[in-house]
Amino acid sequence: MFKRLPEGAAKTVAIKVDGRVIEARAGDSVAAALIAAGISPTRLSAVSQSPRAPYCMMGVCFECAVTVDGVANRQGCLTPVQEGMQIETIKGRREIGA
Amino acid sequence: MSGQRLKESYDVVVVGAGPAGLAAASEAARAGLETLLVDENVGPGGQIYRAITTTPVHDRSVLGKDYWAGVALADEMRASGATVVQGAMVWSLDPELQLGISLSGASQLISARRVVIATGSMERPFPIPGWTLPGVMTAGAAQTMLKSSGLLPAGKTVLAGTGPLLLLLAAQMLRAGGSIDVILDTTPSGNLTKALPHAMGFLLSPLLAKGLALKREVGRKVRVVRHVTLLAANGESALKSVTYTTSGGATATVAADNLLLHQGVVPNPNLAMAADVAHDWDVQQHCWCPVLDHDGRTSVEGIFVAGDGAGIAGAVAAELRGRLAGLAVVRDLGAGSGLPDSQPIRQRLQREERARPFLDAMFEPPKSMRVPADSTVVCRCEEVTAGEVREAARLGCTGPNQLKAFLRTGMGPCQGRMCGLTLTELIAEARQAAPADVGHLRIRAPVKPIPLSELADMPVEEPAVKAVVRG
Repeated sequence: MFKRLPEGAAKTVAIKVDGRVIEARAGDSVAAALIAAGISPTRLSAVSQSPRAPYCMMGVCFECAVTVDGVANRQGCLTPVQEGMQIETIKGRREIGA
Repeated sequence: MSGQRLKESYDVVVVGAGPAGLAAASEAARAGLETLLVDENVGPGGQIYRAITTTPVHDRSVLGKDYWAGVALADEMRASGATVVQGAMVWSLDPELQLGISLSGASQLISARRVVIATGSMERPFPIPGWTLPGVMTAGAAQTMLKSSGLLPAGKTVLAGTGPLLLLLAAQMLRAGGSIDVILDTTPSGNLTKALPHAMGFLLSPLLAKGLALKREVGRKVRVVRHVTLLAANGESALKSVTYTTSGGATATVAADNLLLHQGVVPNPNLAMAADVAHDWDVQQHCWCPVLDHDGRTSVEGIFVAGDGAGIAGAVAAELRGRLAGLAVVRDLGAGSGLPDSQPIRQRLQREERARPFLDAMFEPPKSMRVPADSTVVCRCEEVTAGEVREAARLGCTGPNQLKAFLRTGMGPCQGRMCGLTLTELIAEARQAAPADVGHLRIRAPVKPIPLSELADMPVEEPAVKAVVRG
């Protein structure tokens, strides 16, 4: 659970997360934008489908992995938001054909 | 930088734009070498100077003077003439100094005459029960969000662990108007006694005054519980509370929306290991460090490691190590004239490093939080517990590489970054062997996952075609 500092406000961009439009600060990473919007979990794990959310925010842990504009398993913490970006959260293990 | 094509070769490629990478690239480029600085973040600064050119936190007192020192370094790099490419992921480096780089969804191989690895450090794994729950993050993660997005933990926030960064984050959060419910200090009570023989170097260092000032600043506003020996994060779909036990045996539970964990930083060795750079186990720091000469030369000719990736010593030391590596590269390649003398830089580096033996002993994390109880998940990707690793070791598994066949540990997307050190220590303990003998996961390219389509789309040269096509 995070909140924005008043001085953190800036130009905003709209991105879509699982079909829902959320507002992000231009300059946010995808992972930061999801956290700021209160989206949790951002992923269900591959083995036990347990809830996960960004953990390290520095490109190490891969907990923030999301599908970005159709490309799977992108690190949300290293991907800057862009207007109109389509994000899908990961819901467990991928199935063949899914 | 979208759509940018890199050249096929450079004199020097520096990987990582933190203090070491910025300094190394500046020295090399100023001497006239064609220098490429690649970094996976959106802007320069690494973690310590994260978002130094773009941070929305304009009140300079919040992040502090040491953070803003990064501005000069970023300016120096820009003026040096180095080509800097952000958002670029290096997924391969081999002993022939060829790098695989992914940029804007396309990969290419480039070659270098010298490579400086300045990929820095990462927070030491902190395996406790419940550490995979949403709401549990590293302290560094919270600091990154503050620096780059002006985001502050809200609701009930617990900080737990040991080390200077935990205290610094607490101070920065408080200055920014945030609140912390409690700090659970896991520094073992015996550490001070172990650290005292090294006190002289620390007493002579400016870090003593800084540390005491931070401690006073935070201690005035936040309850600190000392000598915490056990920690657990509780919740079903998200963190709800934190349970802790102190050395006296008392156990308590506090409600929490955020738990920020930190028990020091360790070198992030994956790229260097993938390039066959020799590493040693550091018995004090419980991590792998590359074997280096005084300029940062590794066991692989032409590859240097600079910065905290060479062994943890902080931002100022990282910059100095970057300069030494950059200057050594220039001398190796016979470029530049009137170069600065490296000896005074080495002396400054020694002064910076002399506080480390005290800090390393003082903030050595407790074994119970490096080598956890059986039920604790240690490999977050493949969801493997410490007990399963111990059982595999009991069945005869000798090290982390064989363990992959037993349990898939280290084979998930993080490629062992979050569990590697824990696996080595767990197996070492179970086999009563030295961690150095147990070894580390064998790290191979791609050092980070890339789409197969990116590999398939790479330009193919004739020798590569001949190697696989018959007739």
